[in-house]
Amino acid sequence: METKRRTFIVYVEDRPGVLNRVASLFRRRGYNIISLNVGRTHEVGVSRLTMVVEADDNTARIMEANLYKLVNVLSVEDITGTPAITIDLALIKARVTPEQRAEAIDLAERFRARVTDVGAETMMFEITGTQEKIMEFAGELKPYQVVEMVQTGTVSMTRGGEGYASQVARNHKPDATAA
Amino acid sequence: MSTPASPVGASPTAETTSERTGAQTVWETLMRLGVDVVFGYPGGAIMPTHDALVQYPVRHIRVRHEQGAAHMADGYARASGRVGVAMATSGPGATNLVTGIANAMLDSIPIVCITGQVASPLVGSDAFQEVDITGVTLPITKHNFLVRRVEDIMPTLRKAFYIAGSGRPGPVVVDITKDAQFAKAPFQWSDAPVRLPGYRPDHRPQSPDFARAAKLIEEAERPIIFCGHGVIRANASRQLLEFVEKTDAPVASTLLGLGGFPASHPRALGMMGMHGESWVNSAIQQADLIIALGMRFDDRVTGNLATYARGAKKIHVELDPAEVNKNVPVDLPIIGNVRDILEALTPQLEKRIRKEWNASIDAMRSEADVRDILHIPDAGRLHPAHVIHDLWQITKGQALVVSDVGQHQMWEAQYYKHEYPRKLLTSGGLGTMGFGLPAGLGAKVACPDDEVWVIVGDGGIQMTQAEFQTAKQENLKVNVAIINNGFLGMVRQWQEFFFDRRYVATPISSPDFVKIAEAHGLHGQRVTRREEIAEAVARAREAECTSVIDFRVEAEDSVYPMVPAGANLDEMIRRPPTGGQSQ
Repeated sequence: METKRRTFIVYVEDRPGVLNRVASLFRRRGYNIISLNVGRTHEVGVSRLTMVVEADDNTARIMEANLYKLVNVLSVEDITGTPAITIDLALIKARVTPEQRAEAIDLAERFRARVTDVGAETMMFEITGTQEKIMEFAGELKPYQVVEMVQTGTVSMTRGGEGYASQVARNHKPDATAA
Repeated sequence: MSTPASPVGASPTAETTSERTGAQTVWETLMRLGVDVVFGYPGGAIMPTHDALVQYPVRHIRVRHEQGAAHMADGYARASGRVGVAMATSGPGATNLVTGIANAMLDSIPIVCITGQVASPLVGSDAFQEVDITGVTLPITKHNFLVRRVEDIMPTLRKAFYIAGSGRPGPVVVDITKDAQFAKAPFQWSDAPVRLPGYRPDHRPQSPDFARAAKLIEEAERPIIFCGHGVIRANASRQLLEFVEKTDAPVASTLLGLGGFPASHPRALGMMGMHGESWVNSAIQQADLIIALGMRFDDRVTGNLATYARGAKKIHVELDPAEVNKNVPVDLPIIGNVRDILEALTPQLEKRIRKEWNASIDAMRSEADVRDILHIPDAGRLHPAHVIHDLWQITKGQALVVSDVGQHQMWEAQYYKHEYPRKLLTSGGLGTMGFGLPAGLGAKVACPDDEVWVIVGDGGIQMTQAEFQTAKQENLKVNVAIINNGFLGMVRQWQEFFFDRRYVATPISSPDFVKIAEAHGLHGQRVTRREEIAEAVARAREAECTSVIDFRVEAEDSVYPMVPAGANLDEMIRRPPTGGQSQ
């Protein structure tokens, strides 16, 4: 079967070791994670993962079923193909001499990147958008020599409707006991 | 047993809101969860909990190695249908449980393993006997917990039992720090439903699925039913019988499904798969509909997936959605408990008679029967298949049999015909040598009135024979049939078939098992000829203590038929007409 990039939104209980359980599942079943982003939500005790994986239809369904088997996983949603906002955030530091600054700022503006720091010999840019856009920007910066780059990993949110965390929190209040 | 006649101090009937130590809380909680026996081994980090046991009437069976404790809890759980409990200390105690935990995971057996952990300020410091056992067991448990606070012990144990026993069962580890066992807190028992917001063990099947299933069954000319472990776990044997009476479809069993459907029933075919009977595997390849009940199309069952049952539509009744379409694509998955689904489905079916289909399978069966080693004279040799067949006859098929792993396990599955569920316990998924003796002891604890036979090879028994002394000290009577051929027989058989008979590392010597038995204060005998079997078995049954029979069998008998790994299911290596003895 044909594999493709898929995005899962996974809501989990916010407690120690949960990320390890998710990662361990993907490792032992041999599933390939392209990107993983984790953070808390507006609901106390609920964390949200955006996972980008490479899988065919059936493997994706089994991944979802296996994620559900983790006791700390509250909900799993395969949003591949659902209209959604999907972005990455990157910080890129490049060697830019004072003479090159104006030109570099022009380049940043073309990509709607922000200049977040200006040093004697370097500039730091903040850019959000798709992977493709970010990599293209990094490519354009190459002549200046990129010295450091970091990305957050993809985050996704479907358009319209209600945030899933709110439903989760309403339906299954995570209990307060530890363990 | 370390049970005082009248428990001193706290008991479940006493005031339930007074203070308890964490250690007391463990026992208070276990007792309220219905636990009356724990298989364990003491040690530093679990000492407070063992110490508190003097106050509670829970039987503690102290094993000789923690692996034995996990297997005993497993055997207890399989035989009783309840949750088995093992207890060990931190570090090596906990890691010794690991094989037993993995074994329970692969066969979906509900056990709870309680381990002591170093005091919480020391956690993460590589303290003496510290091992991150929740980390180690993460991929081989259904779930696990690290408990650092006395207040969390009771709610966590309640969750652990609920998770272990519900849905698709499995092992749960509860690791409790030593300071949490010492600390005191008010104890208030709660019967409220366990709150686990992310845990949904139950699946309600959709009713349109039943109509579709009924239509597929209606349209089928050559249906075959698979009886898997899920039939036994769901106590669905009666429902399966009714389903078979209605559909007149033959029933093939997985290894762990044996006993789920009575072997004496005319529609019972026997075991499928790598060492399945030839007519069973052929029938699967000829079927036009497979109705798979509570099984997972394991590679030992299917052979080559590309050619597996190509002419058959497939209905897969299974509790775990992650098992559907994992190995074999199915036409109709029905997610849920086998018993519930059969209860809903059977009334929707028309009664059918399938004379031709069943007659064609019976014909294949009688063709195979001629080759059966049972019809080959022993000529003074002791064949393992004969030993197991005779044991089946003498015990009238009523014994609770626990097999180990290897050739004898397959001969047991072929020649001991099981009529009832939970009367064959064996390590299927993990294939754990050494499982037999401890699991047999656990089964005996669960079913003291059952006649328990442990059938084990000379390799497997040497892995866990220390538990003979546990049988002695705990006064547990099981019968142990050692199928002793001087080889690690199944590996030897593979070497014979696939590695040009290079017998590397498979010849194995054994101690004198009669003397071993006697040294443990148990009963020991040796059998070298078929005509000695009946008398030896009679003496073993009469003995009041655990009894060991060392059956000195043919060295190079092989298990037939055999589907080589990855071959087509009906491409079996059959027993040569001569009987297949090599020398």
